[in-house]
Amino acid sequence: MANIPAELKYAASHEWVKEEDGLTVIGLTDYAQEALGDLVFVNLPEEGDEVTAGESFADVESVKAVSDVFSPVSGTVAAINEELLDAPESINEDPYGAWFIKVEGVSETEELLDAAAYEAVCAAEAE
Amino acid sequence: MQLLFERSKPGRKLSLIPACDVPAVDFGDAARDAAPRLPQLAEVDLGRHYTELCKQTHGVNDGFYPLGSCTMKYNPRVNEELSALPGFTGVHPLQPTATAQGCLEVIAKTSEMLNEICGMDAMTLQPAAGAHGEFTGLQLIRAYHLDRGDTARNKIIVPDSAHGTNPASAVMVGFEVVAVPSNEQGGVDLEALKEAVGEDTAGLMLTNPNTLGLFDPNILEITKIIHEAGGLCYYDGANLNAVMGHARPGDMGFDCVHVNLHKTFSTPHGGGGPGSGPVGCKEFLAPYLPGPLVAGNEGSYEFFTPEKSMGRVRSFYGNFLVVVRALAYILTLGKEGIPEASANAVLNANYLLKRLCDLYSVPFGEQCMHEFVIDVEPLKHDTGASAMDVAKRMLDFGVHPPTMYFPLIVHEALMIEPTETEAPETLDEFVDIMRSIYDEAQADGEKLHHAPFTRFIGRPDEVNAARKPILRYDFDGE
Amino acid sequence: MGSYIPATQDERADLLKACGLDSVDDLFAIVPPEARVSELNLEPGLSELEVSEKVRAIADKNVLFKSIFRGAGAYNHYIPSIVKTITTKEEFVTAYTPYQAEISQGVLQSIFEYQTQICELTGMDVSNASVYDGATAAAEAVIMLEERKKSGVVVCAGVHPQVKEVVETYAASRGIEVSYAGSGFTTSPEELATALEGKAAASVLVQSPNFFGSIEDVAGLAEATHTAGAKLIMSANPISLGALKTPADLGADVAVGEGQPLGMPLAFGGPYLGYMATTTKNMRKLPGRIVGQTTDDEGRRAFVLTLQAREQHIRREKASSNICSNQALCAMTASVYLAAVGPDGLAQVAQNSAAHAHYLAEELAKLGFETKNDGAFFNEFVTSCPVDVEVLLSSLAESGILGGLPVEDGILWCCTEVNTKAQIDSLLSAIKEVL
Repeated sequence: MANIPAELKYAASHEWVKEEDGLTVIGLTDYAQEALGDLVFVNLPEEGDEVTAGESFADVESVKAVSDVFSPVSGTVAAINEELLDAPESINEDPYGAWFIKVEGVSETEELLDAAAYEAVCAAEAE
Repeated sequence: MQLLFERSKPGRKLSLIPACDVPAVDFGDAARDAAPRLPQLAEVDLGRHYTELCKQTHGVNDGFYPLGSCTMKYNPRVNEELSALPGFTGVHPLQPTATAQGCLEVIAKTSEMLNEICGMDAMTLQPAAGAHGEFTGLQLIRAYHLDRGDTARNKIIVPDSAHGTNPASAVMVGFEVVAVPSNEQGGVDLEALKEAVGEDTAGLMLTNPNTLGLFDPNILEITKIIHEAGGLCYYDGANLNAVMGHARPGDMGFDCVHVNLHKTFSTPHGGGGPGSGPVGCKEFLAPYLPGPLVAGNEGSYEFFTPEKSMGRVRSFYGNFLVVVRALAYILTLGKEGIPEASANAVLNANYLLKRLCDLYSVPFGEQCMHEFVIDVEPLKHDTGASAMDVAKRMLDFGVHPPTMYFPLIVHEALMIEPTETEAPETLDEFVDIMRSIYDEAQADGEKLHHAPFTRFIGRPDEVNAARKPILRYDFDGE
Repeated sequence: MGSYIPATQDERADLLKACGLDSVDDLFAIVPPEARVSELNLEPGLSELEVSEKVRAIADKNVLFKSIFRGAGAYNHYIPSIVKTITTKEEFVTAYTPYQAEISQGVLQSIFEYQTQICELTGMDVSNASVYDGATAAAEAVIMLEERKKSGVVVCAGVHPQVKEVVETYAASRGIEVSYAGSGFTTSPEELATALEGKAAASVLVQSPNFFGSIEDVAGLAEATHTAGAKLIMSANPISLGALKTPADLGADVAVGEGQPLGMPLAFGGPYLGYMATTTKNMRKLPGRIVGQTTDDEGRRAFVLTLQAREQHIRREKASSNICSNQALCAMTASVYLAAVGPDGLAQVAQNSAAHAHYLAEELAKLGFETKNDGAFFNEFVTSCPVDVEVLLSSLAESGILGGLPVEDGILWCCTEVNTKAQIDSLLSAIKEVL
């Protein structure tokens, strides 16, 4: 069963969200990395780019597939995790440490799920 | 085996050209600082290097190659001989047309015959490959709408079973892609199509027979729906080998088409090119074709560029020597041989389908055109052996695997296209191989994850290749 | 009638029977009758002997010139015998794209070697497995360098006219603006800076040696390009890179070019080869197939198609290019050619081509054909023509000589290593007869 830390919030599209130093930090869940398989590259936005709730802000590549990563919030990209560009495997190894972006000036947030509700989403998908 | 660079020994060389017989030029500041580290080899080193590489290459001449949608038919030798004639290879593309009448005749005659086979009126041979043809055909559609002042038509409808090049080409030409789902029979869902069309419809891109190997029985209705909405119909000719001589895209209601000379018309694939992707169209689209085209009669051919041409898509006139091969092929088969070839391609595919459908799942019925898709999902469910495992095991038997994991709408797809140039005993051998792999999977599905067992290399680590790309030889390291 | 179907009529009947079908027509029962064609309006098929005679007769209608002084994008270099021997091996000719690495190491390794050689020629870090030709390589480079905040390409005046046309075709439908810099035989950095002013152009395209044979001040143009925040695409005849500074040394971000001079015949324009190389920074924007090195499950060196998630078959409508096939056999041709000539041989081909061209230019000047290029040139140059161009060229043709290409106010001449002093002197004698 996928690791779903209780202290984080989740989007049904398999991103995790947490608040840290006034910024919204976004990454991909353990369930998602498991489903996507070995990731080989990440396309990230640039600092200063606008992201929109419900829209794709990045994509992750495996050998034979590419998948969008969606933003649960609207705002401005304050920081990107450049380490992912050189080490995409860290998303597979440590999905909750391997954050993608930090967003500031959040104007809109999707309705987020708590760990229990997200676990139910994963369970439903797995069937 | 060694790379060219690892075989290199300083000072080795071939003696190819004489010393310069006029004063040397001093390039001064423009001169290169250090010579490129090209390999230094004797001719014998070079010859043996490639002979060794040759042994690690599988072509149609090495064995069965049922790679779906790629039409790996036999490449006739005489075509190679004729395309290598000095009378073709020695002609400069910019020499006066009066001195290149043979080349213009090749272009004119091949265009004319391809038009007849496709039911079209005009043809350009400039596109260098199928995807390049798609780009050209969609540019035609775009130019036509714009010329009529119809600027709102910005969407291309593409079925979900389409080749990846279709949506990519549409975007390259500035269109948005609207995907329509397949119906349960594997054809275009007519209701969904009717919903999708409108005043923003620029056109439809359709492969027919589609990537499931199915001829869409509603084809006339489909092209009518598009035309009534004001759009045009583009025929992706990747699978023309299924119908040539029996049905023509032009008669199905299509306005333009690309054909792959390297699939349907027997020109070799060359390890991934050069191909050739001529585009044909109906009369009303001809003014927008890329130039130059050839007009005139034997002995007095001339180039011309259509009045409203979309512009060039490649330098000169396309992959000319590939066209020479196709010309020789069409002349050889002629009016009876063309339909005979497609009929036997369809017959071979149906025979294979019939003989495999008791063991493997065939999700879209028991009759097909030139190719068919089996779904390895049930086998994977029972034994753990996937489409990939089945395909990799085939390598041990000297068979090139079918196209894997395509079309995307079948999850564990193997797409099999035998072509007409395989004998019944080859098909039977393939059936035996497929059955024995099936039995192996039943006995020990896990074992197949490690296939192939007898090739030069085992399964390569593609994850590491993509994570830490090594894309050239490292002269300093290693 | 010719046919390549092995199955005999009896065998075909057996196959039909096994399928539960009565006739060939049943195979096409699903095709609506309105879409069926009863007979094609083509000639009956022919035997191999007949086809051979027919096609040879067509080839014989072409004039083969004894000496060729015309280039302009297609160059008559010597092709070593070993190049033809290797690239006509049936395994290489009849294979397809190396999707199955375990039985395609030959093709894959040859592309890896080609990529390495292109990197060495251009000084770049990464090369793709080739594209259709030099013109589409330039167009693909323009598209790959487009950014969200920067768009448009400024093309230097000396770029080959057909390359300009192809770039315009590719750019038009994507809404990429194409503008031009300079007007003479070369473009100065100042002219380029002016053309870039007020534009947030994504790229600049320069060719050197350019269409007129002139060697551009690429380093200066690179500086002007980068000052304006754009990236530089340099197109170069690969033979010239045996003698001239590399695109990387000159500051280019992407190197492209027509690979035909590397062992491919003139062949009335194709098949040719587009090469494309760039810096590590732009690696993942590079379109087309790319081969990478990895290991197999036993740790042996292996080659695979890699970085595939960039490509159309995975990214579909989000791919930056629709390119699918490359020109693999042409890439192998270039690779064998470069291995055959080696570093010294390539330098010699480059030097001899340029030296012959300079000798011809000097001798033509003595006959009143003035060289018009204002700076250094490589193996092509433009001269005035003191007599009617068409009269001159037809007269040369009668002597079996293909003269230079008529261009605006003159003639564009070309020499390669095959245009020896003796050949040039014959050309000069033939010209004197017209004067």
